[in-house]
Amino acid sequence: MAVQKLPLAKAINESLRVALDTDPKVLIMGEDVGKLGGVFRVTDGLQKDFGEDRVIDTPLAESGIVGTAIGLALRGYRPVVEIQFDGFVFPAYDQIVTQLAKMHARALGKIKLPVVVRIPYGGGIGAVEHHSESPEALFAHVAGLKVVSPSNSSDAYWMMQQAIQSDDPVIFFEPKRRYWDKGEVDTEAIPGPLHGARTVREGTDLTLVAYGPMVKVCLEVAAAAQEEGKSLEVLDLRSMSPIDFDAVQKSVEKTRRLVVVHEAPVFLGTGAEIAARITERCFYHLEAPVLRVGGYHVPYPPARLEDEYLPGLDRVLDAVDRSLAY
Amino acid sequence: MTVDSNAAARTPRKRTAAKKSAKKSPGAGAPDLVQLLSPEGRRVEDPAHAEYAAFVEDITADELRGLYRDMVLTRRFDAEATSLQRQGELGLWASLLGQEAAQIGSGRATRDDDYVFPTYREHGVAWCRGVDPTNLLGMFRGVNNGGWDPNSNNFHLYTIVIGSQTLHATGYAMGVAKDGADSAVIAYFGDGASSQGDVAESFTFSAVYNAPVVFFCQNNQWAISEPTEKQTRVPLYQRAQGYGFPGVRVDGNDVLACLAVTKWALERARRGEGPTLVEAFTYRMGAHTTSDDPSKYRADEEREAWEAKDPILRLRAYLESETDTDEGFFAELEAESEALGLRVREVVRAMPDPDRMAIFENAYADGHSLVDEERAQFAAYQASFSDAEGGN
Repeated sequence: MAVQKLPLAKAINESLRVALDTDPKVLIMGEDVGKLGGVFRVTDGLQKDFGEDRVIDTPLAESGIVGTAIGLALRGYRPVVEIQFDGFVFPAYDQIVTQLAKMHARALGKIKLPVVVRIPYGGGIGAVEHHSESPEALFAHVAGLKVVSPSNSSDAYWMMQQAIQSDDPVIFFEPKRRYWDKGEVDTEAIPGPLHGARTVREGTDLTLVAYGPMVKVCLEVAAAAQEEGKSLEVLDLRSMSPIDFDAVQKSVEKTRRLVVVHEAPVFLGTGAEIAARITERCFYHLEAPVLRVGGYHVPYPPARLEDEYLPGLDRVLDAVDRSLAY
Repeated sequence: MTVDSNAAARTPRKRTAAKKSAKKSPGAGAPDLVQLLSPEGRRVEDPAHAEYAAFVEDITADELRGLYRDMVLTRRFDAEATSLQRQGELGLWASLLGQEAAQIGSGRATRDDDYVFPTYREHGVAWCRGVDPTNLLGMFRGVNNGGWDPNSNNFHLYTIVIGSQTLHATGYAMGVAKDGADSAVIAYFGDGASSQGDVAESFTFSAVYNAPVVFFCQNNQWAISEPTEKQTRVPLYQRAQGYGFPGVRVDGNDVLACLAVTKWALERARRGEGPTLVEAFTYRMGAHTTSDDPSKYRADEEREAWEAKDPILRLRAYLESETDTDEGFFAELEAESEALGLRVREVVRAMPDPDRMAIFENAYADGHSLVDEERAQFAAYQASFSDAEGGN
């Protein structure tokens, strides 16, 4: 059966299963990924089917997980490591930034580091501190890394396949609040390029750029705006490094207005880079400054306040109205 | 001595307050130090260390001369590099002076199929692995950040962030075990790095997965200006005990003991007995790097005390008194040494700066659209000058 309707978490699970099945060098590593199947069950059943030698429960030490994954990659393996939550990645940040990202260049290209670092990220699930963050810009800023995030089940399946096949390290941000959202996955489809953006809704009046968990919000915004007679185009960026600026440029040259939406703080975020580049590329097309909607420059708030912090339907619509008012 | 549950209790090391004068160091007869060759160049026969000594009992005079040659040439290369830094040919140099025995002994213990993860001072180990010494100088000259192919000699790139490579070695060793190979892995680090979290995590991972890795700590007493007392309250080799694998302290200025203990540890790894921590007790005779000034933080007497334990002099004394080594050998080596110095000098002076476009090479294996864009912009910017000058 080529087309299945799967929750996003299950789509990643299926993708990992295919990778383990087709390439004996693929390994899964992380905290609780084995018997438990991960705290979100993304690796559910994989250790049972592929054994403890391929699906490895690690000590609770993130730097150790990534550092040993680097060593395994140097030996010819293709480790897919799980960081349990976004806020837990920082003990591994040194290994990711200082070693994983730079080792290929340091070796003048003579060694490759095909490591995937999976990170469930973002808020919206009412979690405790350090479980709701969106640190993607901190990784996209680092040369040597590639950074992607799927927004739906099909992309989750295919982008994971492509990330594992990549000879570059890929930081794979999984929108945890969408883990349970179901979508169709065609396992015989021919996927688009890993780092290409996709137009998920066509429109003429304004472009919304989002990725990961915010794509769904932006589609809701576009539907609501439609009722008011405004035609919004929604672009799923899918990759934060590299960024498909050509796709954004093409859309903005048509709509002449751009709003970028992400959960991560606006300050020095992905939206800042897009705003700068698009202003440079589309200066004479723009009818309004590029606007951004995202988190504030504060620590992620306690769960009871996260709806105030996260971009939602109304805050994005407000930005759309401000842009259209120019 | 291998750590067991009683070892710490049996060998309490008095923690005398750091004195201005020469630091106490374990000498011959110290129960926790494996020594096979005394500073005077005499064989030390200690039944407690017979297990290690067995690994060198059949060593021939030729092999001993080989170790001597390795140490002399490494020291000569090191001295040349220091000079080249003083002459402005290198931006920096991290001298291994005084640590030749630790590096040559352990390096010569490895097999071709073993894999070595060095820090940035392992010039002697690189020599043993067959890495051409001039290849080590590219990063210190500033023409690359590494530059040799790690897989050509199973010698990984120098790692400047101390401690990181112990995890890479552990992961690599986990892969060796998965492959069912009987190779072993050795990770170098120092007394300073022993404080790094990554080193602690590598001990944990290697123990839990029983990885075939040897942690070779060169305790050279100084992490730039900080003495070992600022890193630890117990002898470093004893840390292994808490992780459930053996730790051994070896005289790091005794090439024979370093060879024996490392062979012993590598064999344990090959037999599937897991990791070992070897602490080579040695001394950094020079500055941390050419940018450092040790007179700010340590006394000359300390260095003088260690000069009496010089690794090269003690093996020479042994060769002269106990083997058929004649003056001709030393004379030939002297000539070879000078030839090496000359070759290093010539190669470094001729080492060109890389092409400016090299900045954009190898950032990614599979390419990156932003790098492509910036490469094109940079090329166009550069080309704008040639246009203005009418070509060239």
